[in-house]
Amino acid sequence: MNKKRKMLLKMVTASLLRRRSRMLIALLSIAVGATILSGLVTIYYDVPRQMGAQFRNYGANMILVPSGEKTMTLESAQECIDLISPDNVVGASPYRYINVEMNSRQRIFVAAGTDFEQVQSTSPYFIVDGEYPSGERQVLVGKETADLIGARTGSVLELSYKPEGGKRNTLKFTVSGILDTGGDEETYIFMTLKAMSDLTTEETTLDVMELSISSAEDELENYITQIDEMDNGISARLVKRVTKSEASVLSKLQSLVLLVTVVVLLLTMICVCTTMMAVVSERRKEIGLRKALGASDNSIRKEFLYEGMFLGLLGGILGTVLGFAFAQIVSVNVFESSITFQPLLLPVTVIASMLIAALSCMIPIKNAIAIDPALVLKGE
Amino acid sequence: MSLLELKNISKIYGELHALDNVNIRVEKGEWVAIMGPSGSGKSTMMNIIGCMDKPTVGEVYLDGADISKESGKKLTEIRRDKIGLIFQQFHMVNYLTAVENIMVAQYYHSIPDEEEALEALERVGLKDRARHLPSQLSGGEQQRVCVARALINHPELILADEPTGNLDEANENIVLDLFRQLHREGTTLVVVTHDPEVAEAAQRTIVLKNGHVAKEIINENFQD
Repeated sequence: MNKKRKMLLKMVTASLLRRRSRMLIALLSIAVGATILSGLVTIYYDVPRQMGAQFRNYGANMILVPSGEKTMTLESAQECIDLISPDNVVGASPYRYINVEMNSRQRIFVAAGTDFEQVQSTSPYFIVDGEYPSGERQVLVGKETADLIGARTGSVLELSYKPEGGKRNTLKFTVSGILDTGGDEETYIFMTLKAMSDLTTEETTLDVMELSISSAEDELENYITQIDEMDNGISARLVKRVTKSEASVLSKLQSLVLLVTVVVLLLTMICVCTTMMAVVSERRKEIGLRKALGASDNSIRKEFLYEGMFLGLLGGILGTVLGFAFAQIVSVNVFESSITFQPLLLPVTVIASMLIAALSCMIPIKNAIAIDPALVLKGE
Repeated sequence: MSLLELKNISKIYGELHALDNVNIRVEKGEWVAIMGPSGSGKSTMMNIIGCMDKPTVGEVYLDGADISKESGKKLTEIRRDKIGLIFQQFHMVNYLTAVENIMVAQYYHSIPDEEEALEALERVGLKDRARHLPSQLSGGEQQRVCVARALINHPELILADEPTGNLDEANENIVLDLFRQLHREGTTLVVVTHDPEVAEAAQRTIVLKNGHVAKEIINENFQD
């Protein structure tokens, strides 16, 4: 480092270190701004992930259905699911629907064959009084149907199925639980795909595959395009009421976070600017002296800018650490999950803090440059 | 050729003529005192000679060049390169040590050199106080640091504004001895003062009154 730069650094650091109280206020303003900035940026980028996980509680956001003449099987549906990043697949519930007859009542009901383990992931809002079926001769009965037929947990139902032009097959099932959803599902009788296959004596084909995927709308659209391009007789669709409301809530939340960030940055700038103006006013004599000693406007500008940027550097580093802690506390308390530190956040926050500090110094620097050494040194 | 010449200088603020058609010459190596009561125009003259102000009318020649019409930026350069300033209230950067304060003047002039700054402090007898902050120095010591700072860039002219105004007698004598030493070495000194004892130490005294040069006194008893 050449002697001139070394002297500049010495003047800047001495000014900051030997005039601690005033500079501490400026440093604190920048650190608070940087904390909020780094914290909110972390939250801004983590909100889709956090909210995505929360949204998955509201059910599937994509469905696979057979298209054209082809039937959909577990294997062909799996080919489509394999296109999706496994980390994003929260659950994939296959469904086959048939009409079954309850012999004792001589009534037709809709039976749904599915995978109950997956159902608990894709439809976590299902409330079961009793248990999900764990054996092949157990069924879960929708509340409305259960009320209609007077079924309770432990009741035995005799269900029969007659394929078109085929022979009727009847099997007995024990009710493992009553399903309460507040939706159409309350009219269905749920059983495993294996139980449905036994009842129908047919191979398992699927009417729909409900997918719960933790991805943003555009990413989901991308998956749909890939699935359609596969052309294996399956077409994918978005569950618009879920994806649209998800996207709308997310964009509103992100806009809110962005707005708060901008407001906080503006407040930080005002705070730093006010402090630096107080610093300039406090150092009028010193600035006058420097000018009398031959300091050019550029030298004065450079010194104050360096002081501001040095404060920005320190405040930025401090703010990154505190901001991460702030984001972590928010995340744990609001979303009940922790976040990982993004290393890129450190340079981004530090550079932003230095820029804000530099911008905040513009008016104080203008005031400093306007100081007349003759007046100041005379004590006026 | 004179080092400094003020030719028909006037400084007018509205109705007030702070300086009114003043003519002064200071030769190279000369020690001149400018005396006068408050409001006589001493400070205005000091500011014009120190390139911190411009006359309303008239010409200022420094080292042969007319600087009266120069821009503020150019005047800053001239002040930095040719003039060493000493103030009544010392004026030091309070968070820098004595040696660093001298290096500030070097920094704006050319390249800071600690060795040279320490030599300047040694010259005013303060090398052992080099690492002290202004608050740890007495008034006399601070003024000696300021003398060292004024000298560090080897200026053509030392311009001192009431340099002993805030000093006790002992320190006043130390500073005047430093000026004698500088004069012996050929430095040109212009000392603005209201103290007759300080004025008597100079070769020549210019007395200002109401913005005019009232009289000029050659000090017959001048001792170098």
